Amino acid sequence: MNVAHKHVHRAPLHAAEGTAAIAVCNLTVAYNRHPAVHHLTGEFREGSLTALCGPNGGGKSSLLKAIVGLAPVVSGHVDIAGDRKRAIAYLPQVVEVDRGFPLKVLDVADLGHWRRSGAFGRLGAAHRQQSLAALAAVGLQGLELRPIEALSVGQFQRLLFARLIVEDAPIILLDEPFNAIDQRTTEDLLRLIVGWSREGRTVVAAIHDLDMARRAFPETLLIAREPIAWGATREVLSDAPLARARSLAEGWLENAPVCEVPA
Amino acid sequence: MLHDLLIAPFAEFAFMRRALIACMAISLSAGPIGSFLVLRRMSLMGDAMSHAVLPGVALGFMLFGLELWPMALGGLCASLLVALLAGVISRTTPLKEDASLAGFYLISIASGVLIISLHGSNVDLLHILFGSLLGVDDKSLLLIAGAATLTLLAFAVIYRPLVVECFDPGFLRVAAGGRAAGPGAVAHLVFLVLVVVNLVAGMQALGTLMSVGLLLLPAAAARLWAGSVGGLMLTTSGMAMAASLLGLILSYHLNTPSGPAIVLVAGLFYLASLALGRRGGLIRRYLPRPHLAH
Repeated sequence: MNVAHKHVHRAPLHAAEGTAAIAVCNLTVAYNRHPAVHHLTGEFREGSLTALCGPNGGGKSSLLKAIVGLAPVVSGHVDIAGDRKRAIAYLPQVVEVDRGFPLKVLDVADLGHWRRSGAFGRLGAAHRQQSLAALAAVGLQGLELRPIEALSVGQFQRLLFARLIVEDAPIILLDEPFNAIDQRTTEDLLRLIVGWSREGRTVVAAIHDLDMARRAFPETLLIAREPIAWGATREVLSDAPLARARSLAEGWLENAPVCEVPA
Repeated sequence: MLHDLLIAPFAEFAFMRRALIACMAISLSAGPIGSFLVLRRMSLMGDAMSHAVLPGVALGFMLFGLELWPMALGGLCASLLVALLAGVISRTTPLKEDASLAGFYLISIASGVLIISLHGSNVDLLHILFGSLLGVDDKSLLLIAGAATLTLLAFAVIYRPLVVECFDPGFLRVAAGGRAAGPGAVAHLVFLVLVVVNLVAGMQALGTLMSVGLLLLPAAAARLWAGSVGGLMLTTSGMAMAASLLGLILSYHLNTPSGPAIVLVAGLFYLASLALGRRGGLIRRYLPRPHLAH
Protein backbone atom coordinates (compact mmCIF):
# COMPACT_ATOMS: atom_id res chain seq x y z
CA MET A 1 0.00 0.00 0.00
CA ASN A 2 1.25 3.40 -0.84
CA VAL A 3 0.69 5.22 2.42
CA ALA A 4 3.40 7.79 1.91
CA HIS A 5 2.44 8.80 -1.56
CA LYS A 6 -1.20 9.69 -0.91
CA HIS A 7 -0.47 12.57 1.42
CA VAL A 8 2.17 14.45 -0.51
CA HIS A 9 1.94 18.22 -0.17
CA ARG A 10 3.09 20.26 -3.11
CA ALA A 11 1.78 23.63 -2.00
CA PRO A 12 3.67 25.41 0.79
CA LEU A 13 2.30 24.51 4.21
CA HIS A 14 3.32 27.82 5.53
CA ALA A 15 3.41 31.20 3.87
CA ALA A 16 4.80 33.45 6.57
CA GLU A 17 4.95 37.22 6.59
CA GLY A 18 8.32 38.97 6.65
CA THR A 19 11.56 37.95 4.97
CA ALA A 20 12.66 34.33 5.00
CA ALA A 21 15.87 33.43 6.84
CA ILE A 22 15.64 29.89 5.45
CA ALA A 23 13.47 29.10 2.44
CA VAL A 24 12.85 25.41 1.81
CA CYS A 25 11.61 24.57 -1.65
CA ASN A 26 10.16 21.13 -2.47
CA LEU A 27 12.97 19.52 -0.48
CA THR A 28 13.45 15.75 -0.48
CA VAL A 29 16.24 14.11 1.52
CA ALA A 30 16.71 10.37 1.02
CA TYR A 31 18.99 7.61 2.25
CA ASN A 32 19.16 4.55 -0.02
CA ARG A 33 16.16 5.98 -1.93
CA HIS A 34 13.95 6.00 1.18
CA PRO A 35 12.88 9.59 1.79
CA ALA A 36 13.58 10.98 5.26
CA VAL A 37 12.13 14.37 4.34
CA HIS A 38 9.56 14.25 1.54
CA HIS A 39 8.62 17.26 -0.62
CA LEU A 40 8.82 19.94 2.06
CA THR A 41 8.13 23.56 1.12
CA GLY A 42 8.00 26.55 3.44
CA GLU A 43 9.93 29.29 5.19
CA PHE A 44 11.59 29.97 8.53
CA ARG A 45 10.95 33.70 8.98
CA GLU A 46 13.79 35.95 10.14
CA GLY A 47 13.77 36.13 13.93
CA SER A 48 11.30 33.25 14.32
CA LEU A 49 11.61 30.61 17.04
CA THR A 50 10.45 27.23 15.72
CA ALA A 51 10.13 23.83 17.37
CA LEU A 52 10.73 20.91 15.01
CA CYS A 53 8.57 18.04 16.23
CA GLY A 54 7.67 14.56 15.03
CA PRO A 55 8.24 10.86 15.67
CA ASN A 56 11.67 9.21 15.70
CA GLY A 57 12.78 8.65 12.11
CA GLY A 58 10.43 11.42 11.04
CA GLY A 59 13.16 13.51 9.41
CA LYS A 60 13.84 16.20 12.04
CA SER A 61 17.60 15.67 12.05
CA SER A 62 17.68 15.11 8.30
CA LEU A 63 15.95 18.42 7.66
CA LEU A 64 18.43 20.31 9.86
CA LYS A 65 21.33 18.46 8.23
CA ALA A 66 20.02 19.28 4.76
CA ILE A 67 19.83 22.97 5.69
CA VAL A 68 23.49 23.03 6.78
CA GLY A 69 24.60 20.80 3.91
CA LEU A 70 25.35 17.57 5.80
CA ALA A 71 22.57 15.41 4.35
CA PRO A 72 22.02 14.21 0.75
CA VAL A 73 19.42 16.43 -0.94
CA VAL A 74 17.75 14.37 -3.66
CA SER A 75 15.55 17.10 -5.08
CA GLY A 76 14.52 20.64 -4.29
CA HIS A 77 16.73 23.18 -2.55
CA VAL A 78 17.27 25.31 0.54
CA ASP A 79 17.99 29.03 0.28
CA ILE A 80 19.70 30.88 3.13
CA ALA A 81 19.53 34.65 3.64
CA GLY A 82 23.12 35.92 3.60
CA ASP A 83 26.43 34.10 3.27
CA ARG A 84 25.80 30.42 3.91
CA LYS A 85 29.23 29.93 5.48
CA ARG A 86 28.72 32.63 8.10
CA ALA A 87 24.97 32.59 8.56
CA ILE A 88 24.38 29.28 10.33
CA ALA A 89 25.55 27.85 13.64
CA TYR A 90 24.60 24.19 14.08
CA LEU A 91 24.41 22.09 17.23
CA PRO A 92 24.95 18.40 16.37
CA GLN A 93 23.50 15.60 18.48
CA VAL A 94 25.91 14.80 21.30
CA VAL A 95 26.54 11.29 19.95
CA GLU A 96 28.03 12.75 16.77
CA VAL A 97 30.87 14.39 18.71
CA ASP A 98 33.88 12.54 20.19
CA ARG A 99 33.51 13.37 23.88
CA GLY A 100 36.67 11.44 24.79
CA PHE A 101 38.96 13.51 22.58
CA PRO A 102 41.82 15.14 24.57
CA LEU A 103 40.72 18.78 24.32
CA LYS A 104 40.18 21.33 27.07
CA VAL A 105 36.85 23.05 27.72
CA LEU A 106 38.27 26.39 26.60
CA ASP A 107 39.53 24.85 23.32
CA VAL A 108 35.98 23.85 22.36
CA ALA A 109 34.60 27.31 23.15
CA ASP A 110 37.44 28.85 21.09
CA LEU A 111 36.35 26.66 18.18
CA GLY A 112 33.39 29.03 17.79
CA HIS A 113 35.81 31.61 16.37
CA TRP A 114 36.67 29.28 13.45
CA ARG A 115 34.81 31.22 10.76
CA ARG A 116 36.82 34.33 11.64
CA SER A 117 40.16 32.71 12.46
CA GLY A 118 40.21 29.83 9.98
CA ALA A 119 42.87 27.15 10.09
CA PHE A 120 45.77 29.55 10.63
CA GLY A 121 44.45 32.76 12.19
CA ARG A 122 45.57 33.80 15.64
CA LEU A 123 43.16 34.15 18.54
CA GLY A 124 43.73 37.48 20.26
CA ALA A 125 42.88 38.64 23.76
CA ALA A 126 39.47 39.90 22.61
CA HIS A 127 38.59 36.48 21.20
CA ARG A 128 39.69 34.83 24.40
CA GLN A 129 37.49 37.19 26.41
CA GLN A 130 34.48 36.26 24.27
CA SER A 131 35.13 32.56 24.86
CA LEU A 132 35.45 33.07 28.61
CA ALA A 133 32.30 35.17 28.71
CA ALA A 134 30.40 32.48 26.77
CA LEU A 135 31.56 29.79 29.20
CA ALA A 136 30.43 31.97 32.09
CA ALA A 137 27.06 32.52 30.40
CA VAL A 138 26.40 28.76 30.30
CA GLY A 139 27.59 28.26 33.88
CA LEU A 140 30.96 26.61 33.19
CA GLN A 141 33.23 29.23 34.75
CA GLY A 142 36.06 27.62 36.70
CA LEU A 143 36.11 24.57 34.42
CA GLU A 144 37.95 26.23 31.51
CA LEU A 145 41.06 24.05 31.78
CA ARG A 146 39.29 20.74 32.45
CA PRO A 147 39.62 18.01 29.81
CA ILE A 148 36.24 17.58 28.09
CA GLU A 149 36.17 13.87 28.92
CA ALA A 150 35.69 14.90 32.57
CA LEU A 151 32.40 16.69 31.81
CA SER A 152 28.96 15.17 32.40
CA VAL A 153 26.52 15.00 29.46
CA GLY A 154 24.75 18.10 30.76
CA GLN A 155 28.00 20.04 31.19
CA PHE A 156 29.09 18.98 27.73
CA GLN A 157 25.83 20.25 26.23
CA ARG A 158 26.38 23.55 28.06
CA LEU A 159 29.84 23.66 26.48
CA LEU A 160 28.42 23.17 22.96
CA PHE A 161 25.98 26.01 23.70
CA ALA A 162 28.95 28.18 24.70
CA ARG A 163 30.46 27.42 21.29
CA LEU A 164 27.17 28.54 19.67
CA ILE A 165 27.33 31.82 21.63
CA VAL A 166 30.89 32.41 20.41
CA GLU A 167 29.85 31.63 16.82
CA ASP A 168 27.41 34.55 17.02
CA ALA A 169 25.44 33.50 13.93
CA PRO A 170 22.11 34.99 12.81
CA ILE A 171 20.63 31.50 12.28
CA ILE A 172 20.95 28.80 14.94
CA LEU A 173 19.88 25.17 14.33
CA LEU A 174 19.73 22.79 17.30
CA ASP A 175 19.47 19.01 16.84
CA GLU A 176 17.81 17.51 19.94
CA PRO A 177 19.50 19.86 22.42
CA PHE A 178 17.72 18.38 25.45
CA ASN A 179 18.36 14.65 25.02
CA ALA A 180 19.47 13.08 28.32
CA ILE A 181 19.71 16.51 29.97
CA ASP A 182 18.42 17.11 33.50
CA GLN A 183 15.68 19.59 34.34
CA ARG A 184 17.88 22.40 35.60
CA THR A 185 20.24 22.35 32.63
CA THR A 186 17.25 22.15 30.29
CA GLU A 187 15.74 25.27 31.84
CA ASP A 188 19.08 27.13 31.66
CA LEU A 189 19.62 26.21 28.02
CA LEU A 190 16.02 27.01 27.12
CA ARG A 191 16.51 30.50 28.58
CA LEU A 192 19.51 30.94 26.29
CA ILE A 193 17.45 29.86 23.28
CA VAL A 194 14.63 32.27 24.08
CA GLY A 195 17.24 35.01 24.61
CA TRP A 196 18.74 34.33 21.15
CA SER A 197 15.27 34.71 19.67
CA ARG A 198 14.77 38.05 21.46
CA GLU A 199 18.05 39.24 19.97
CA GLY A 200 16.45 38.71 16.56
CA ARG A 201 18.20 35.48 15.63
CA THR A 202 16.34 32.75 13.76
CA VAL A 203 16.26 29.59 15.89
CA VAL A 204 15.05 26.09 14.95
CA ALA A 205 15.24 23.31 17.54
CA ALA A 206 14.35 19.63 17.04
CA ILE A 207 12.69 18.56 20.29
CA HIS A 208 10.56 15.69 21.58
CA ASP A 209 8.86 17.46 24.49
CA LEU A 210 5.55 18.77 23.10
CA ASP A 211 4.73 20.59 26.35
CA MET A 212 7.99 22.51 26.04
CA ALA A 213 7.14 23.39 22.44
CA ARG A 214 3.74 24.74 23.53
CA ARG A 215 5.33 26.67 26.40
CA ALA A 216 8.39 28.25 24.79
CA PHE A 217 8.19 28.03 20.98
CA PRO A 218 5.76 30.34 19.15
CA GLU A 219 5.95 28.27 15.96
CA THR A 220 6.15 24.57 15.21
CA LEU A 221 6.84 22.39 12.19
CA LEU A 222 5.39 18.91 12.63
CA ILE A 223 7.03 16.41 10.32
CA ALA A 224 6.71 12.64 9.89
CA ARG A 225 8.74 12.26 6.70
CA GLU A 226 5.80 14.00 5.08
CA PRO A 227 5.30 17.54 6.33
CA ILE A 228 2.15 17.51 8.49
CA ALA A 229 1.64 21.10 9.66
CA TRP A 230 3.65 24.27 9.98
CA GLY A 231 2.61 27.45 11.78
CA ALA A 232 1.47 28.69 15.17
CA THR A 233 2.33 26.06 17.78
CA ARG A 234 -1.19 25.91 19.26
CA GLU A 235 -2.73 24.93 15.91
CA VAL A 236 0.06 22.62 14.78
CA LEU A 237 0.16 20.63 18.01
CA SER A 238 -3.59 20.01 18.12
CA ASP A 239 -5.25 16.61 17.99
CA ALA A 240 -5.80 16.14 14.27
CA PRO A 241 -2.24 16.82 13.03
CA LEU A 242 -0.71 14.79 15.89
CA ALA A 243 -2.97 11.84 15.09
CA ARG A 244 -1.95 12.07 11.48
CA ALA A 245 1.76 12.08 12.39
CA ARG A 246 1.22 8.96 14.46
CA SER A 247 -0.66 7.12 11.73
CA LEU A 248 2.02 8.01 9.18
CA ALA A 249 4.78 6.74 11.48
CA GLU A 250 2.99 3.38 11.68
CA GLY A 251 2.80 3.06 7.92
CA TRP A 252 6.54 3.19 7.07
CA LEU A 253 7.31 0.27 4.82
CA GLU A 254 10.49 -1.42 3.68
CA ASN A 255 9.20 -1.98 0.13
CA ALA A 256 7.68 1.36 -0.75
CA PRO A 257 6.87 2.03 -4.41
CA VAL A 258 8.61 4.79 -6.35
CA CYS A 259 7.25 8.26 -5.60
CA GLU A 260 5.75 9.76 -8.74
CA VAL A 261 5.50 13.41 -7.75
CA PRO A 262 7.61 15.33 -10.29
CA ALA A 263 10.70 16.84 -8.71
CA MET B 1 81.49 -0.17 31.52
CA LEU B 2 78.49 2.08 30.81
CA HIS B 3 80.48 3.44 27.88
CA ASP B 4 80.97 -0.06 26.49
CA LEU B 5 77.31 -0.83 26.95
CA LEU B 6 75.69 2.31 25.55
CA ILE B 7 78.17 4.36 23.53
CA ALA B 8 80.72 1.97 22.07
CA PRO B 9 78.40 0.23 19.60
CA PHE B 10 77.62 3.56 17.97
CA ALA B 11 81.14 4.99 18.27
CA GLU B 12 82.70 1.95 16.64
CA PHE B 13 80.29 1.07 13.85
CA ALA B 14 78.98 3.41 11.18
CA PHE B 15 76.06 1.05 10.42
CA MET B 16 74.87 1.38 14.03
CA ARG B 17 74.97 5.18 13.76
CA ARG B 18 73.00 5.08 10.51
CA ALA B 19 70.45 2.74 12.03
CA LEU B 20 70.09 5.02 15.04
CA ILE B 21 69.59 8.13 12.91
CA ALA B 22 67.05 6.33 10.74
CA CYS B 23 65.08 5.30 13.82
CA MET B 24 65.24 8.78 15.34
CA ALA B 25 63.80 10.25 12.13
CA ILE B 26 61.00 7.67 12.08
CA SER B 27 60.35 8.45 15.75
CA LEU B 28 59.88 12.13 14.94
CA SER B 29 57.18 11.20 12.42
CA ALA B 30 55.68 8.70 14.85
CA GLY B 31 54.64 11.53 17.17
CA PRO B 32 51.97 13.10 14.97
CA ILE B 33 51.27 10.10 12.71
CA GLY B 34 50.88 7.52 15.48
CA SER B 35 48.96 9.88 17.75
CA PHE B 36 46.34 10.69 15.15
CA LEU B 37 46.04 7.07 14.00
CA VAL B 38 45.13 6.23 17.59
CA LEU B 39 42.92 9.31 18.13
CA ARG B 40 41.02 8.69 14.87
CA ARG B 41 40.57 5.00 15.80
CA MET B 42 42.50 4.11 12.66
CA SER B 43 45.15 1.89 14.24
CA LEU B 44 44.06 -1.14 12.26
CA MET B 45 43.76 0.98 9.14
CA GLY B 46 47.45 1.88 9.54
CA ASP B 47 48.28 -1.79 9.90
CA ALA B 48 46.25 -2.68 6.83
CA MET B 49 47.84 0.06 4.77
CA SER B 50 51.32 -1.13 5.72
CA HIS B 51 50.43 -4.56 4.35
CA ALA B 52 48.94 -3.02 1.25
CA VAL B 53 52.37 -1.56 0.44
CA LEU B 54 53.63 -5.04 -0.39
CA PRO B 55 52.31 -5.76 -3.91
CA GLY B 56 53.55 -2.39 -5.14
CA VAL B 57 56.97 -3.01 -3.62
CA ALA B 58 56.93 -6.47 -5.17
CA LEU B 59 56.16 -5.08 -8.62
CA GLY B 60 59.01 -2.57 -8.28
CA PHE B 61 61.27 -5.41 -7.22
CA MET B 62 60.16 -7.61 -10.11
CA LEU B 63 60.88 -4.92 -12.70
CA PHE B 64 63.98 -3.24 -11.25
CA GLY B 65 65.42 -5.58 -8.61
CA LEU B 66 66.32 -4.42 -5.11
CA GLU B 67 66.34 -0.72 -6.01
CA LEU B 68 65.05 1.83 -3.53
CA TRP B 69 63.05 4.24 -5.67
CA PRO B 70 61.02 1.83 -7.85
CA MET B 71 60.10 -0.19 -4.75
CA ALA B 72 59.22 2.92 -2.74
CA LEU B 73 57.09 4.40 -5.52
CA GLY B 74 55.36 1.08 -6.14
CA GLY B 75 54.57 0.75 -2.45
CA LEU B 76 53.26 4.29 -2.27
CA CYS B 77 50.89 3.78 -5.20
CA ALA B 78 49.63 0.38 -4.06
CA SER B 79 48.90 1.54 -0.52
CA LEU B 80 47.13 4.73 -1.60
CA LEU B 81 45.09 2.73 -4.10
CA VAL B 82 43.94 0.30 -1.41
CA ALA B 83 43.08 3.13 1.02
CA LEU B 84 41.09 4.83 -1.74
CA LEU B 85 39.28 1.65 -2.82
CA ALA B 86 38.44 0.75 0.78
CA GLY B 87 36.94 4.22 1.26
CA VAL B 88 34.90 3.99 -1.93
CA ILE B 89 33.65 0.49 -1.14
CA SER B 90 32.61 1.39 2.41
CA ARG B 91 30.52 4.23 0.97
CA THR B 92 28.93 2.28 -1.86
CA THR B 93 28.34 -1.17 -0.30
CA PRO B 94 27.06 -2.40 3.07
CA LEU B 95 30.62 -3.48 4.04
CA LYS B 96 32.19 -1.24 6.68
CA GLU B 97 35.63 0.23 6.04
CA ASP B 98 37.42 -2.24 8.33
CA ALA B 99 36.00 -5.27 6.50
CA SER B 100 36.88 -3.96 3.05
CA LEU B 101 40.37 -2.99 4.28
CA ALA B 102 40.90 -6.48 5.72
CA GLY B 103 39.82 -7.97 2.39
CA PHE B 104 42.22 -5.80 0.44
CA TYR B 105 45.21 -6.28 2.66
CA LEU B 106 44.88 -10.05 2.62
CA ILE B 107 44.79 -9.94 -1.18
CA SER B 108 47.74 -7.52 -1.16
CA ILE B 109 49.98 -9.55 1.08
CA ALA B 110 49.24 -12.81 -0.72
CA SER B 111 49.91 -11.35 -4.16
CA GLY B 112 53.02 -9.51 -2.91
CA VAL B 113 54.58 -12.62 -1.41
CA LEU B 114 53.72 -14.58 -4.56
CA ILE B 115 55.39 -12.04 -6.89
CA ILE B 116 58.56 -11.79 -4.79
CA SER B 117 58.87 -15.56 -4.42
CA LEU B 118 58.52 -16.04 -8.16
CA HIS B 119 61.20 -13.49 -9.00
CA GLY B 120 63.60 -13.56 -6.08
CA SER B 121 64.95 -15.61 -3.21
CA ASN B 122 63.72 -16.12 0.33
CA VAL B 123 66.42 -13.68 1.44
CA ASP B 124 64.84 -10.96 -0.71
CA LEU B 125 61.43 -11.78 0.73
CA LEU B 126 62.70 -11.55 4.30
CA HIS B 127 64.46 -8.31 3.49
CA ILE B 128 61.30 -6.72 2.14
CA LEU B 129 59.00 -8.06 4.85
CA PHE B 130 61.22 -7.29 7.82
CA GLY B 131 63.75 -4.77 6.53
CA SER B 132 67.45 -4.67 7.29
CA LEU B 133 68.03 -1.82 9.68
CA LEU B 134 71.77 -2.38 9.86
CA GLY B 135 72.01 -2.19 6.08
CA VAL B 136 70.46 1.28 5.72
CA ASP B 137 72.42 3.19 3.05
CA ASP B 138 72.64 6.92 2.29
CA LYS B 139 69.77 6.83 -0.19
CA SER B 140 67.29 5.25 2.20
CA LEU B 141 68.52 7.45 5.05
CA LEU B 142 67.69 10.46 2.88
CA LEU B 143 64.27 9.03 2.08
CA ILE B 144 63.52 8.44 5.77
CA ALA B 145 64.73 11.88 6.86
CA GLY B 146 62.88 13.50 3.96
CA ALA B 147 59.66 11.75 4.96
CA ALA B 148 60.06 12.93 8.56
CA THR B 149 60.68 16.51 7.45
CA LEU B 150 57.70 16.46 5.11
CA THR B 151 55.53 15.01 7.90
CA LEU B 152 56.43 17.67 10.47
CA LEU B 153 56.01 20.54 7.99
CA ALA B 154 52.71 19.21 6.66
CA PHE B 155 51.39 18.74 10.19
CA ALA B 156 52.10 22.35 10.98
CA VAL B 157 49.62 23.16 8.19
CA ILE B 158 46.88 20.56 8.74
CA TYR B 159 47.04 20.34 12.53
CA ARG B 160 44.10 22.56 13.47
CA PRO B 161 41.60 21.25 10.90
CA LEU B 162 42.64 17.67 11.67
CA VAL B 163 41.98 18.12 15.41
CA VAL B 164 38.55 19.62 14.70
CA GLU B 165 37.79 16.88 12.16
CA CYS B 166 38.49 14.24 14.82
CA PHE B 167 36.46 15.97 17.53
CA ASP B 168 33.39 17.10 15.57
CA PRO B 169 33.51 16.12 11.88
CA GLY B 170 30.32 18.00 10.98
CA PHE B 171 31.58 21.34 12.30
CA LEU B 172 34.06 22.10 9.54
CA ARG B 173 31.65 21.02 6.82
CA VAL B 174 28.99 23.36 8.18
CA ALA B 175 31.54 26.19 8.49
CA ALA B 176 32.57 25.56 4.88
CA GLY B 177 28.96 25.97 3.74
CA GLY B 178 28.21 22.24 3.61
CA ARG B 179 30.62 21.25 0.89
CA ALA B 180 31.94 17.71 1.18
CA ALA B 181 35.51 18.79 0.40
CA GLY B 182 35.90 21.19 3.31
CA PRO B 183 39.22 21.74 5.10
CA GLY B 184 38.52 18.73 7.32
CA ALA B 185 38.30 16.36 4.37
CA VAL B 186 41.47 17.84 2.86
CA ALA B 187 43.32 17.46 6.17
CA HIS B 188 42.17 13.85 6.42
CA LEU B 189 43.39 13.10 2.90
CA VAL B 190 46.80 14.73 3.51
CA PHE B 191 47.04 12.72 6.72
CA LEU B 192 46.38 9.45 4.87
CA VAL B 193 49.07 10.28 2.31
CA LEU B 194 51.54 11.08 5.11
CA VAL B 195 50.80 7.73 6.77
CA VAL B 196 51.63 5.92 3.54
CA VAL B 197 54.76 8.01 2.90
CA ASN B 198 56.07 7.13 6.36
CA LEU B 199 55.22 3.45 5.98
CA VAL B 200 57.11 3.31 2.70
CA ALA B 201 60.07 5.26 4.11
CA GLY B 202 60.24 2.99 7.13
CA MET B 203 60.15 -0.09 4.91
CA GLN B 204 63.90 -0.16 4.24
CA ALA B 205 64.67 0.06 7.94
CA LEU B 206 61.98 -2.05 9.54
CA GLY B 207 60.33 -3.85 6.62
CA THR B 208 56.75 -3.62 5.34
CA LEU B 209 55.43 -5.71 8.23
CA MET B 210 57.26 -3.96 11.06
CA SER B 211 57.41 -0.30 10.03
CA VAL B 212 53.92 0.35 11.37
CA GLY B 213 55.05 -0.98 14.78
CA LEU B 214 57.29 1.96 15.58
CA LEU B 215 54.55 4.38 14.45
CA LEU B 216 51.71 2.78 16.36
CA LEU B 217 52.91 1.05 19.54
CA PRO B 218 54.42 4.17 21.20
CA ALA B 219 51.25 6.14 20.39
CA ALA B 220 49.00 3.49 21.92
CA ALA B 221 51.23 3.51 25.02
CA ALA B 222 51.35 7.30 25.21
CA ARG B 223 47.52 7.52 25.11
CA LEU B 224 47.60 6.01 28.61
CA TRP B 225 49.81 8.84 29.90
CA ALA B 226 49.13 12.05 27.99
CA GLY B 227 46.07 14.26 28.49
CA SER B 228 46.43 16.68 25.57
CA VAL B 229 47.05 16.24 21.86
CA GLY B 230 50.40 18.04 22.09
CA GLY B 231 51.46 15.97 25.08
CA LEU B 232 50.41 12.83 23.27
CA MET B 233 52.58 13.62 20.24
CA LEU B 234 55.62 14.50 22.38
CA THR B 235 55.24 11.41 24.58
CA THR B 236 54.86 9.24 21.48
CA SER B 237 58.01 10.60 19.86
CA GLY B 238 59.94 10.27 23.12
CA MET B 239 58.84 6.68 23.63
CA ALA B 240 59.63 5.79 20.02
CA MET B 241 63.15 7.22 20.40
CA ALA B 242 63.73 5.41 23.68
CA ALA B 243 62.48 2.15 22.14
CA SER B 244 64.76 2.64 19.13
CA LEU B 245 67.86 3.27 21.26
CA LEU B 246 67.17 0.45 23.69
CA GLY B 247 66.22 -1.96 20.93
CA LEU B 248 69.36 -1.23 18.93
CA ILE B 249 71.63 -1.66 21.96
CA LEU B 250 69.90 -4.88 23.00
CA SER B 251 70.08 -6.32 19.50
CA TYR B 252 73.80 -5.43 19.34
CA HIS B 253 74.74 -7.09 22.61
CA LEU B 254 72.40 -10.07 22.30
CA ASN B 255 73.16 -10.50 18.61
CA THR B 256 69.52 -10.52 17.46
CA PRO B 257 67.83 -8.87 14.45
CA SER B 258 67.44 -5.17 15.23
CA GLY B 259 64.01 -4.36 13.71
CA PRO B 260 62.07 -6.90 15.76
CA ALA B 261 64.10 -5.94 18.86
CA ILE B 262 63.01 -2.31 18.53
CA VAL B 263 59.36 -3.18 17.94
CA LEU B 264 59.46 -5.58 20.89
CA VAL B 265 60.86 -2.89 23.20
CA ALA B 266 58.07 -0.58 22.01
CA GLY B 267 55.68 -3.44 22.76
CA LEU B 268 57.09 -3.70 26.29
CA PHE B 269 56.50 0.03 26.76
CA TYR B 270 52.93 -0.54 25.64
CA LEU B 271 52.37 -3.41 28.08
CA ALA B 272 53.95 -1.45 30.92
CA SER B 273 51.73 1.53 30.12
CA LEU B 274 48.65 -0.69 30.07
CA ALA B 275 49.54 -1.74 33.60
CA LEU B 276 50.82 1.53 35.03
CA GLY B 277 49.40 4.31 32.83
CA ARG B 278 48.17 7.40 34.64
CA ARG B 279 45.06 7.63 32.45
CA GLY B 280 43.15 4.38 32.60
CA GLY B 281 46.02 1.98 33.33
CA LEU B 282 45.04 -1.27 35.07
CA ILE B 283 46.73 -0.24 38.32
CA ARG B 284 44.19 2.58 38.68
CA ARG B 285 41.38 0.12 38.21
CA TYR B 286 42.53 -2.56 40.62
CA LEU B 287 44.35 -0.39 43.18
CA PRO B 288 42.06 2.65 43.23
CA ARG B 289 43.05 5.61 45.34
CA PRO B 290 40.48 6.76 47.92
CA HIS B 291 37.70 8.86 46.39
CA LEU B 292 37.63 12.59 46.94
CA ALA B 293 35.27 14.58 49.13
CA HIS B 294 33.70 16.45 46.18
